[in-house]
Amino acid sequence: MNVPTPMWKCDKVIPSELDAGHASIEELMSALEAAGWEGRDVFHIQMAIEEAVVNAIEHGNKKNPAKEVHVVFLVNHDSAEMTVTDQGDGFDHENVADPTEEDRLDQPRGRGVLLIRELMSQAQYNSKGNSVWMRKVRSKDEPDAS
Amino acid sequence: MATYRRINVMDNGGVHVVHFVDKKIVDSGTIESLGDELTGLVLNEKKNMLLLNFDSVEFMSSAALNKLISLNKKVKDAAGQLKLCCLRPEIGEVFKITRLDRVFDIRKDEATGLAAFKL
Repeated sequence: MNVPTPMWKCDKVIPSELDAGHASIEELMSALEAAGWEGRDVFHIQMAIEEAVVNAIEHGNKKNPAKEVHVVFLVNHDSAEMTVTDQGDGFDHENVADPTEEDRLDQPRGRGVLLIRELMSQAQYNSKGNSVWMRKVRSKDEPDAS
Repeated sequence: MATYRRINVMDNGGVHVVHFVDKKIVDSGTIESLGDELTGLVLNEKKNMLLLNFDSVEFMSSAALNKLISLNKKVKDAAGQLKLCCLRPEIGEVFKITRLDRVFDIRKDEATGLAAFKL
């Protein structure tokens, strides 16, 4: 089966520093804009990739300068895929406490996994929990009201 | 009087309306400064009737949400009131997904936000 070549691809390893993470996210945002993505879809992708990259740096690699984060971004006209992998111990993504439970609502952390699952069309963690793959399918254009 | 870099604050009849300088509240330095300035309003300047106006904010990460949660606790501890207004639909959606719309009093616009304060 032939896999179509993405309009834009970024495959690189970044240090465990938030500035480097945000620089890579900005590259992705620029590529999405160049591919004609806009509005709510772009917001959703930015929110999800922000969670994934910051979690990889802060919680996965614990900002250890000896560890790196591998990001792969594929942008097409109709869909975008992002994979973020850290060198940490991973986490049990299937048993994360539900941050929307009444007694957890005012806890300051733990919303990343929820936001990624809700905002992306598909999201999947590897078994170790140190890599997340996300896919966003572009929303159909609103029908012309005229 | 304190000088702020991340926010603008205006007194409107006893309610302090806070506008954000940054369109995108993302990087950790900005979020930390913002958190410090908002906390300073409550703890240092004793301004605990706060209406946060998000009309200029296009994006905010969950780290910024965490600062709001922390601020909400401090305002409650000070027997004050915290309300939010003018959230763009995408940011409002994040509050709904996380159910933080049950934690915060969110109003459509500044006028209804101001009217909701019990002074």
